[in-house]
Amino acid sequence: MSDGDPSVAEAHPELVQLLSPEGERVAHPHYSIDLTPDEFRALYRDLVLVRRIDIEATALQRQGELGIWASLLGQEAAQVGSGRALAPDDFVFPTYREHGVAWCRDVDPLWLLGLFRGVNLGGWDPNAHNFNLYTIVIGSQTLHATGYAMGIQREGGGPDGSYPGAVIAYFGDGASSQGDVNESFVWASVFNAPVVFFCQNNQWAISEPIEKQSRIPLYQRARGFGFPGVRVDGNDVLACLAVTRAALARAREGSGPTLVEAYTYRMGAHTTSDDPTRYRLASDLESWKLKDPIERVKAYLVRNGLADADFLDAVQAEADELAAHVREGCRALPDPEPLSMFDDVYVEGTPHLDRQREEFATYLASFEGAR
Amino acid sequence: MATYTLAKALNEGLRRAMERDPKVVIMGEDVGKLGGVFRITDGLQKDFGEDRVIDTPLAESGIVGTAIGLAMRGFRPVCEIQFDGFVYPAFDQIVSQLAKVHYRSAGAVRLPVVIRIPFGGGIGAVEHHSESPEAYFAHTAGLKVVACSNATDGYFMIQQVIASDDPVIFFEPKRRYWEKAELDTTATPDPLWQARVVRPGTDVTVLAYGPMVKTALEAASAAAADGVSLEVIDLRALSPLDMAAVLESVNRTRRCVVVHEAPANVGLGAELAARITEQAFYTLEAPVLRVTGFDTPYPASRVEEDYLPDLDRVLDAVDRSLAF
Ligand SMILES: Cc1ncc(C[n+]2csc(CCOP(=O)(O)OP(=O)(O)O)c2C)c(N)n1
Ligand SMILES: [Mg+2]
Repeated sequence: MSDGDPSVAEAHPELVQLLSPEGERVAHPHYSIDLTPDEFRALYRDLVLVRRIDIEATALQRQGELGIWASLLGQEAAQVGSGRALAPDDFVFPTYREHGVAWCRDVDPLWLLGLFRGVNLGGWDPNAHNFNLYTIVIGSQTLHATGYAMGIQREGGGPDGSYPGAVIAYFGDGASSQGDVNESFVWASVFNAPVVFFCQNNQWAISEPIEKQSRIPLYQRARGFGFPGVRVDGNDVLACLAVTRAALARAREGSGPTLVEAYTYRMGAHTTSDDPTRYRLASDLESWKLKDPIERVKAYLVRNGLADADFLDAVQAEADELAAHVREGCRALPDPEPLSMFDDVYVEGTPHLDRQREEFATYLASFEGAR
Repeated sequence: MATYTLAKALNEGLRRAMERDPKVVIMGEDVGKLGGVFRITDGLQKDFGEDRVIDTPLAESGIVGTAIGLAMRGFRPVCEIQFDGFVYPAFDQIVSQLAKVHYRSAGAVRLPVVIRIPFGGGIGAVEHHSESPEAYFAHTAGLKVVACSNATDGYFMIQQVIASDDPVIFFEPKRRYWEKAELDTTATPDPLWQARVVRPGTDVTVLAYGPMVKTALEAASAAAADGVSLEVIDLRALSPLDMAAVLESVNRTRRCVVVHEAPANVGLGAELAARITEQAFYTLEAPVLRVTGFDTPYPASRVEEDYLPDLDRVLDAVDRSLAF
């Protein structure tokens, strides 16, 4: 399974690919990866389970259990590949679509549902899994990631000068236009911060195609800011893993930021509120279906005798179980108490807010029995 | 007369403005083919072309900053901010640049820029999609701020603000987008900066704007059943405020309740209460009361019904005012 395999073809140099859409290993001059059969199978399992979480959440939205859902369909490899490249001490700054990265950080999918169900605004402790709260305001988190990386830097490296962890900031092709994102590139570059910018270019920002954001491939932007950029096949989990590993290692070593552009496709709607038939062609979708991130791994595993029917069935069974957990857990997420909205506004509460809360409690009590 | 939703009335109003003046351009995220996430610009790119209905890169500071440049060159940009909570990346361009250029240029430069913002809650959305940021802008000298509440105002006010030579922040109550009303597009519109009595009454004046006008009217119907007569005023203009209309009403009813979704602290209600107290102190029988969102961040949507002022909370304030 090494890159010395004579059957591998030469990939387009601009796009790092290690596993073709047909499930064949491809060699790349700079990136390679060697996985044990178990590791390979584990990636397949991740991809299948992550897709299943997503499909279940979409169904829950249709049933009225979630207010909205942002599907990752089609982006599983970008998220699992980069997510599995992370070391325990690395820290993740996601957007609102990184359910697959959350999975790789051992975040219970139910945690993610609270925001979309409307029972909280995220509600988890970012330090519990080194996975920050979802950020909906486009691009903001790239600056937080850079600052966090500067913090790691200022705490100092080990004897060999390397840092104990790096930071990864996720964002989209649309986000690349935001001032915050461009500012984060400047900062990361100037301070040589240990941060990896992981852009999932899924070709769309709601209804706007990538051409509305950039005239050059996004990864090429990095050069002007003074750090390397690389475009990876975002539907190739091996390539995403290899490239992100290298970028994180570079950051931990103290060699500064990298921009990774994962070239992929948003197979679903922007969110469950969106209707993509208004602005894009079904034929585009069809051509991307041929590049499905899961099918190629399955093809490779089966063709090379690394997965048999028992294995595939076991993964399916596990996916069914996980789906049941998501479904039942979601329905059981309790609505917050009205008065809880006054909690946690400040570290040190204020008399004004305490009084407002009390007045509202009295007001609510006045209805008791009357309704 | 025909039946329009507020969304369709705004769409028609934009269309009229674009037909009337070739310098009117629309810019924003997803305003082109998609017609905006609320479809307010539906069909406009198809009919007026990509030079006049511009799908911008995803950057709000860029939208407003370039609108300023376009306005300097003689255009009349109408910017769409997709949701209230996404206007803040443009805050510097709005408050430090857009608001001040006329003043700094000693009147030499006019910036007839309109910034449309769907605002307010009540649609079960995730965070940053339900906010009421009007006070930030009303606080800023050099900006004018208005809020429409119904199809007729949507149709006429959007045309009036586009025709205005001052920069205007135009708030649209997103939870009322789908409400239908009769609209006579041949009628003579009310002047832009005037408040309107939407329901005459004698006991308490209720001041509202945007999404809360309907809430206030519902409260007035309920109060009438109990023999209490509420006068409901739709402020329409939030900066400048039509104090003449407010004082005329309060001088008759001698009691006033202000309703808005935005938090109470340093909000429009505070300004209204202060001005009414300053200008009608001796006629008041009760302090001006506010019914508002609480002084917390906008909460998770499953409790937004508790956060948002509703009929009961308006009536509760009316009772407290009458009991004074
Ligand atoms: C500052 C800001 N402006 C607008 C929005 C509304 N909005 C939400 S997602 C989105 C498109 C984002 O596109 P992209 O960055 O490519 O990420 P993707 O959704 O494709 O993952 C927009 C415009 C927002 N959330 N934040
Ligand atoms: Mg995108």
